[in-house]
Amino acid sequence: MNPMKNVVLFGATSAIASAVARELVDTGARLFCVARDGEALEALLADLRVRGDDPDGARILGATADLADIDGHAAIWQQAQEALGEVDSVLLAWGTLPDQAACNASVDETLEAIHVNGTSAIALLARIAPDFEARGRGVIAAIGSVAGDRGRQSNYAYGTAKGMLAIYLQGLRNRLFFSGVDVVTLKPGFVRTPMTEGFNRAGALWAEPETVARGIIRAMHRGRDVAYLPGKWWVIMTIIRLIPEYLFKRLKL
Amino acid sequence: MTASWNRIPRVEHAAEVALGWRGRALPDVPRPLLAHGLGRSYGDVCLNPEASLLHTPGLDRFVAFDAATGRMTAEAGVSLDALLRFAVPRGWFPPVVPGTRFVTLGGAVANDVHGKNHHQAGSFGDHVRALTLRRSDGQVLEVTPENTPDWFAATVGGLGLTGLIETVTLQLAPIRSAWMRAWSQRFDSLDAFWELNTQSEREWPYTVAWIDCLNPGAGGRVGRGIYSGGRHATTAPRKDAWHERRRSIPLDPPVSLVNRLTLRAFNHLYYRQPVHATPRAVHHLPWLFPLDAIRHWNRIYGHNGFYQYQCVLPPAASKDGVQALLDAIAASGQGSFLAVLKTFGDRAAPGLLSFPRPGATLALDFPEKGRDTERLFARLDAIVQEAGGALYPAKDARMPTDVFRQGFPRWEAFAEYVDPEFSSGFWRRVTA
Repeated sequence: MNPMKNVVLFGATSAIASAVARELVDTGARLFCVARDGEALEALLADLRVRGDDPDGARILGATADLADIDGHAAIWQQAQEALGEVDSVLLAWGTLPDQAACNASVDETLEAIHVNGTSAIALLARIAPDFEARGRGVIAAIGSVAGDRGRQSNYAYGTAKGMLAIYLQGLRNRLFFSGVDVVTLKPGFVRTPMTEGFNRAGALWAEPETVARGIIRAMHRGRDVAYLPGKWWVIMTIIRLIPEYLFKRLKL
Repeated sequence: MTASWNRIPRVEHAAEVALGWRGRALPDVPRPLLAHGLGRSYGDVCLNPEASLLHTPGLDRFVAFDAATGRMTAEAGVSLDALLRFAVPRGWFPPVVPGTRFVTLGGAVANDVHGKNHHQAGSFGDHVRALTLRRSDGQVLEVTPENTPDWFAATVGGLGLTGLIETVTLQLAPIRSAWMRAWSQRFDSLDAFWELNTQSEREWPYTVAWIDCLNPGAGGRVGRGIYSGGRHATTAPRKDAWHERRRSIPLDPPVSLVNRLTLRAFNHLYYRQPVHATPRAVHHLPWLFPLDAIRHWNRIYGHNGFYQYQCVLPPAASKDGVQALLDAIAASGQGSFLAVLKTFGDRAAPGLLSFPRPGATLALDFPEKGRDTERLFARLDAIVQEAGGALYPAKDARMPTDVFRQGFPRWEAFAEYVDPEFSSGFWRRVTA
């Protein structure tokens, strides 16, 4: 079991990361929450401090940073380490759900979507990996997506970024295996979060952020390589991956 | 499509938005607006047909808690369920809880809800120390009973019409155990109920009675039932663990499972359930929220839904009035699964439109049967109006305008505080 005593959450105000934070607070973990929106971060920290009986913010900490801005990564990582002492786990959870139609109409939109959801996360992983490698333990987890398993016309800018992230994590997992660090790729399916508002979210494929959060913590504790959340998405995506491309390209997905 | 718990009325909204963070401008969607929490009211106080709903369950954060005084500030979308999970292990309890814990704090304020302890604790609004209220003109009002008594009286029980309630500060009550001491006893007539009630209310903070409104009791009149009383225990039983056995009605039955036959049988069996005259230890969840153990219990009425009818009758008219209501229901041949009778305490409720007031309150549910149901309600309305009583907006999908205006004589004073960009199906209906 990987310890999750000192955890950094990047993109902490996302619905999934907030739910992870609430679960971790109950276990007595020390948290450092990073988010872009200062007001939202304050609201999140206040909530976690009430739940964690930590009114003075002794163990529930945070700072604002725009993680799409790669130049700021070194400073915020430094700050997180100084605040927590030793960091044993990190979760990368920021992202957007780009409008594929807008991406189709704009090169800039496409590249921005890939930057926010893919490149910027890879930049942070590359930044923090040496510190984990040197320490020789810990767990690095990042939220990918089932959308990264196969390109579909409805959201392949997002899918590209998440697919790229998954491949990077694969390589990193292979590299850090030899120093005893677990790298976990998390692939949530459909989750009822503000990101997916506007979709028809009825039905058995939709999960609550709390369910996904518990799955994330379990996967990080166990050092799973890849975790579909909930697990049934492994079955669904295996079937989707097996559809021959000459058929797949004809589907309206 | 968003509906309320009883599934009547069924309406379409122009837009529905999930709110995520407090302190943000109201979203740019068609006016008028209405906040919608967990949709546990029984009618259209939580609906805004052809206009917009702001879903508040995403506003689910605690803001501050003083562990020494038990004062909690939380966002309006926090449910009582979430609050209980937090507060009970720390020795605190919401001072007033309704019959379900799946309501939001904002909803509890907006309907000034009451519980089985009204005779001692008053209504929810009596324990609210502050509110933040976002108005459509961009103002955010810090509403307290001391500094802004007029806004407080308008917003508590104000059916969400005075603006968006963003946060609620609530004074919690100390408890020493998650368990309760509770007893129950059969009574065979309303006379026996009144006698039992007078002595029990003095000694027990929580009291309530269930009435069998189909099968006659003593003297051949309807009015037999089961009386229960309870209080928070000072100790836990030796076996402290309690797990809710959750059941669920998985889907809509093709027809309502509630009909004359099942109702008569259910009421008969319910009356014959074992009672415990000596107080015993019961966990607070099943005792205070018995129906919460059955998810989607509203589905037993099928797709057509059902009505709640909850009225309050002033003290002088309570005895005759309640008997008259029960006689009218028995004569109609329609009946209710869960007829609940309770007396309110004497304190004046804090809101201009608050429902609780001195007297007796009777709550019933009826399957939707078209004209028959309408005729029964007209008969019941007449009894309530003659007694000088009122119907509960949170449980209403049909009350006529004159019944509302008679029951809530301060409605015009209240209307001054309604946000010009907020409204609801209920409000348009009773002020039309």
